[in-house]
Amino acid sequence: MSFLALTGIRKTFGAHAVVRDFNLSVERGEFVTFLGPSGCGKTTTLRMVAGFEAPTAGEIRINGQDVTHLRPNKRAIGMVFQSYALFPNMTVAANIGFGLKVARRPAAELKARVDEMLAMIKLPQLAERYPYQLSGGQQQRVSLARALAPSPQILLLDEPLSALDARIRVSLREEIRALQRKLGITTIFVTHDQEEALSMSDRVVVMNDGAIEQVGTPSEIYNAPVSRFVASFVGTLNLLNGRIVDASSGAIDIDGQRATTARKLNGAKPGDILPMALRPEALRIGVGGDDRNTLAGVIEDVAFLGAVVRVRVRLAEAAVIIDTFNTGANDLPALGAPITVNFGRDDLIPLLAH
Amino acid sequence: MTTVAAPVIRVLRFPNMAAWLGVTPFFIFAVMFLIVPTASLLVGAFQDHDGAFTLANLERLWQPSIRLSYLLSIEVSVASAFFGALIGLALAIAALRGGLPGWVRPTLMTFSGVASNFAGVPLAFAFMATLGRLGFVTILLRGVGVDLYASGFSLFTFTGLTLTYLYFQIPLMVLVIAPAIDGLKTEWSEAADILGAGRLQYWRMIVLPILWPSVLGASLLLFANAFGAIATAYALTGSFLNIVPILLYAQIRGDVLHDPNLGYALAFGMLLITGLSNVAYLYLRARSDRWLK
Amino acid sequence: MKSGKFAAWAAMILGVAYFLAPLIATFEFSLRMRRGEYSFDAYRVVLASGNFRDSFFYSTVLAFVTIIVGVLVVVPTAYWVQLRLPKLRGLVEFITLLPLVVPAIVLVFGYIKLYGSSSILPLTATSLGADALLMFGYVGLGLPYMYRSVETALRSIDVRTLTEAAESQGAGIFTILFHIILPNIRSGILSGAFLTFAIVIGEFTFASLLDRPAFGPYLQLIGASKAYEPSALAIIAFALTWACMGLIQLFGSGVRFSVDKP
Repeated sequence: MSFLALTGIRKTFGAHAVVRDFNLSVERGEFVTFLGPSGCGKTTTLRMVAGFEAPTAGEIRINGQDVTHLRPNKRAIGMVFQSYALFPNMTVAANIGFGLKVARRPAAELKARVDEMLAMIKLPQLAERYPYQLSGGQQQRVSLARALAPSPQILLLDEPLSALDARIRVSLREEIRALQRKLGITTIFVTHDQEEALSMSDRVVVMNDGAIEQVGTPSEIYNAPVSRFVASFVGTLNLLNGRIVDASSGAIDIDGQRATTARKLNGAKPGDILPMALRPEALRIGVGGDDRNTLAGVIEDVAFLGAVVRVRVRLAEAAVIIDTFNTGANDLPALGAPITVNFGRDDLIPLLAH
Repeated sequence: MTTVAAPVIRVLRFPNMAAWLGVTPFFIFAVMFLIVPTASLLVGAFQDHDGAFTLANLERLWQPSIRLSYLLSIEVSVASAFFGALIGLALAIAALRGGLPGWVRPTLMTFSGVASNFAGVPLAFAFMATLGRLGFVTILLRGVGVDLYASGFSLFTFTGLTLTYLYFQIPLMVLVIAPAIDGLKTEWSEAADILGAGRLQYWRMIVLPILWPSVLGASLLLFANAFGAIATAYALTGSFLNIVPILLYAQIRGDVLHDPNLGYALAFGMLLITGLSNVAYLYLRARSDRWLK
Repeated sequence: MKSGKFAAWAAMILGVAYFLAPLIATFEFSLRMRRGEYSFDAYRVVLASGNFRDSFFYSTVLAFVTIIVGVLVVVPTAYWVQLRLPKLRGLVEFITLLPLVVPAIVLVFGYIKLYGSSSILPLTATSLGADALLMFGYVGLGLPYMYRSVETALRSIDVRTLTEAAESQGAGIFTILFHIILPNIRSGILSGAFLTFAIVIGEFTFASLLDRPAFGPYLQLIGASKAYEPSALAIIAFALTWACMGLIQLFGSGVRFSVDKP
């Protein structure tokens, strides 16, 4: 049985459905991320798990117990907020110990636990400081310690890294993941940043406009997107219109050039036009072997992104973006020069669900 | 532009000269009509008839009648500040955090803006019409069997004056404390909630500690406000209630103390009290701002 | 939270009752002038009174002059402090706080001592001098609000860019201030103006001690001698204050008004 089960969750504000038919089972100790653009309902769903919003319909069970209408302070859940939400009138130590104080734990136990948490986030020297004296990254770590101190059964994080600098974001997300693994606590993480989602999660729930588009491991989401939305939201993407030539052999016509896809084209008929996804890093420069697809075009734009060089190749109507590693060679491909690119048959992903 | 006869002062070419000239009227005004008049009083408080330095005036402030006057002023100010702060706080919390419909807040704020300025003579009239012997509420209460005046109440007493002062103290409190209440982030209440705290615990452990500097500061502001007020009291009680501003008024008008320097000392005393209150208010405000930044 | 909402409503209703009672009472009382029936007689008598008209006129004119002088003093100052003299900001703000710390009665006492008949600059000796003194006093009383209004409005427009743009067109300082800055901070000025008006109209302490025929002392006199007219006057005064605040909301958009002594 799953540890956290959301069944048929629905939330409407007036006539507007913010979350529609959300179903998810989360195993104990799993790290699940809700990923999507703002307004997709990910935070609302998280808040329903926390108990700050009541679902209009549906059920939430934690460890078998129906908590759908249980008050937040009875759910034994820890939460980290985007704006840290540390109590300004309390020291770091008092903040961390707040959950235990409220539960009237004995003072000795409280102190021991607070010290343990401070050591865990590696900030023991800040115990007597006040939140306004801390940096954003430090405040968020304290916030994490505060959420974990009462040993909750579930940890919720609502875009905790969005307010931080890029550098701190990366180091903090590694810390959060390491901590979560060590403690084995069931975690739900909400973000709009696909890099965070892919690097941290056991599974990713991609949401759009209140509904789940796809649930899967990071690898599945990235390499096997089921819809145009998922494909374009996660990673950069080439979207090409392919005209079906022969569905059974996977023959496609792209802008007048022939290509083959190894993926299923269920029920598509010749003449149908399907969107096809092609990852920029799947493309290679040059003519490929017989088992690969080759397209010819003209270089339209070259962008030097540091580790990666991004080249836009104009076919006829469509353009394709190819990412190649920066080889250190000083001369980049010339604008206007002809170029051929090749990619595997597997890499051409038809998006059958829109 | 070339037809302008007078030289055009280039703003950013001779920057500071034009700027200094530009702010001069303000400083002349401030010196002439704010700083020097006040300073002159302060100096006068320490002078005797011949202009020599003396502390005698301050000593004479201690005489029973004047001392009583200060005491009465302080009592009225403390009472109206205390209740004004409490009630104003309750109203502000109710309107801003009580889950009331959206129109309540702007209405309360606008009304508070008006009411906090509705002091002085018209306010005295209004309360006379309400709680005077023939007042609306007096008669209403008599109708339900409560005879206010029989039980010794009178509008022209300490209680009556405090009640009247509340009419502008409460709105002032609402206006001053509203930003602090707005500053209470909803995330704090949610964080407290999810950490297991009940409503009462949240208020006791988080809201009150966060708000108390602001509340205390605002109370001091209310205290200073009441202490310096005169028009309402004068219109309401004439010279009946001998609060310090009324004493000062009588002194200015007719030298009832027969000693102008004593009058200056009186003013000095008032200024000291209102000055200290305001300084304390500013300090507390700065402190809570720092916490909540 | 159910019980929370109930308490909130209860508090609001009690508050409303306390604040409406005097207004209702006063209005009701003001209608009682004619024996046995409600009428607006008190208002008629008041509005027809020559003293009312004279003192109201006096105060209104004084208010206008106060506003103009106030604007002339405040706007250039706020402008220059923001543009060129940021270090003065603390001092200027401290000065604008003085009228809130120093009680009016103390301030006017200072005026009488400094500018009384036996001093170097005996402003109180002449009627015009006393009027001027009163006016300057009112500028002082309104200073905190006028300054903050104008300063907030100035901060919401890009003063530097506007000035530079105007200068590049050849405009001098007076043109800039009057034709470019002023129109753009109109809402701030109007807020300050309406508040100054409200303050001046009802003011008693200064006017009484400087012995000027203003509206405030007139009100107090009526209160001491008449029965029903004071209530009518109180209602009129309250309505006026409401109107001023309403006008501030209307025209002073974007400038958040608060009596918040900073």
